[in-house]
Amino acid sequence: MPWRLLRFGLSKSHPEPRMFTAHDKLKPSYDVVIIGGGGHGLASAYYLARDHGITNVAVLEKGYIGGGNTGRNTTIIRSNYLTPEGVKFYDKSVQLYQDLSTEFDLNLFYSTRGHFTLAHTDSAMRTMRWRAEVNKHYGIASEVVGPEEVKRQTPQIDLSCGGHAPIQGALYHAPGAVARHDAVAWGYGRGADMRGAEIHQQTAVTGIEVKGGKVVGVHTTKGFISTNKVICAVAGFTPRITDMVGFKTPIFVHPLQAMVSEPMKPWLDTILVSGSLHIYVSQSARGELVMGASLDPYEVQSTRSTLDFPEGLAAHLLDMFPFLSHSKVVRQWAGMADMTPDFAPIMGMTPVEGFYLDSGWGTWGFKATPVCGKTMAWTAVNDKPHELITGFSLDRFRNYSLTGEKGAASVGH
Amino acid sequence: MKLMTCPINGTRPISEFAYWGEIRPAPDADTCSDDQWAEYVFHRNGAPGVKKEWWCHTPSNTWFIAERDTEKDKVLRTYLHGDDK
Repeated sequence: MPWRLLRFGLSKSHPEPRMFTAHDKLKPSYDVVIIGGGGHGLASAYYLARDHGITNVAVLEKGYIGGGNTGRNTTIIRSNYLTPEGVKFYDKSVQLYQDLSTEFDLNLFYSTRGHFTLAHTDSAMRTMRWRAEVNKHYGIASEVVGPEEVKRQTPQIDLSCGGHAPIQGALYHAPGAVARHDAVAWGYGRGADMRGAEIHQQTAVTGIEVKGGKVVGVHTTKGFISTNKVICAVAGFTPRITDMVGFKTPIFVHPLQAMVSEPMKPWLDTILVSGSLHIYVSQSARGELVMGASLDPYEVQSTRSTLDFPEGLAAHLLDMFPFLSHSKVVRQWAGMADMTPDFAPIMGMTPVEGFYLDSGWGTWGFKATPVCGKTMAWTAVNDKPHELITGFSLDRFRNYSLTGEKGAASVGH
Repeated sequence: MKLMTCPINGTRPISEFAYWGEIRPAPDADTCSDDQWAEYVFHRNGAPGVKKEWWCHTPSNTWFIAERDTEKDKVLRTYLHGDDK
């Protein structure tokens, strides 16, 4: 290591290649164009190259890699969902995540912590039992535990939550994990780049050309590209892109805010979630408490933050952990969550041939990054939905066959 | 603190208000097709813009319309239903 450092110090030019190749110009055409250089888009490029040998691919990113919701989430990875479609899908994602550090040769700080979803009411306990049974049926490690198990693993907790929301029990999901979210985007990006895909940052899409119901090209701030296949993975920007293509979706955009505390000694091993108190919290490898809550209560398509958010979140956190009353908040931020009516994503085919959506990722997208890349790559190559995503089609709204995931997808209802 | 102006009660903190979404004309449930009804029930205009929205001042249960820029989160004006001149 010191020799490597010395080489860096003595070299006149940068002795090692940067993580990604910077491309000056777009080519006139690509086999597949991916809009959005977040985790989902970069993973799609990675699996297109690795699993299908398709490397004539451009990933177009308006800002910088992983600067959207990939870098704005609270990094929780779990598969204890409610619907069979959701459970099978997220389980595949957790399996893929567990091998990623090795696969990328990049430390993702993937850390299996165990995940408690706290129940403060009888009806919440009923949902936890329901989720546990669905999970067990599909071989996922989930069980309902009593308050004493919560206390055993998190001795600092006030089980009465300030006296007004006593914890009745919890759904315990042992595989629940956290990971360093930026590294996930970088790992997929580097892997795609090494295999020949082009990543174009600072390149915004300004229009999409459709002829006879088929995609024929994409207008960008750096010129026109012709292509027959477009994968759209842009989270909160989805409605703006689908407006360019010319069809409607049920997606609506609300900000989701998060914040971190000052770093402290490790004390919180597990991930704790409470739907009633609108909170999820874990401690990062740096020692910061990473905290999130429910969506902002009305539509906004920007990443502004509000003071109401840390006030409300801090109050609920103190219900659970009164000893944190003197800790400081050091950062807060927001992401644009593309919400759907049934809290399940919208993936796969659209009314326009060659235009594939990876959207509706609302507040639950980071944990799905690997499986989204894998299934979207397969879907674009085979021009039909991968078997794991058939429950998430855009058609389900027209057919009134929703995939109700609200009881497991987020907090605050 | 974010503020909202109720046409009856004046300017109040936004935490006193509930958002009920963009105004959308409902099709006639007896005569429209299943597709039209699904479109009305589920589809939304999720792109940013100046939108006319239903809001409610919850302590007084006053329903009114706000014209709001949803990208800048800026309320341009508010008025009661039928007062849009």
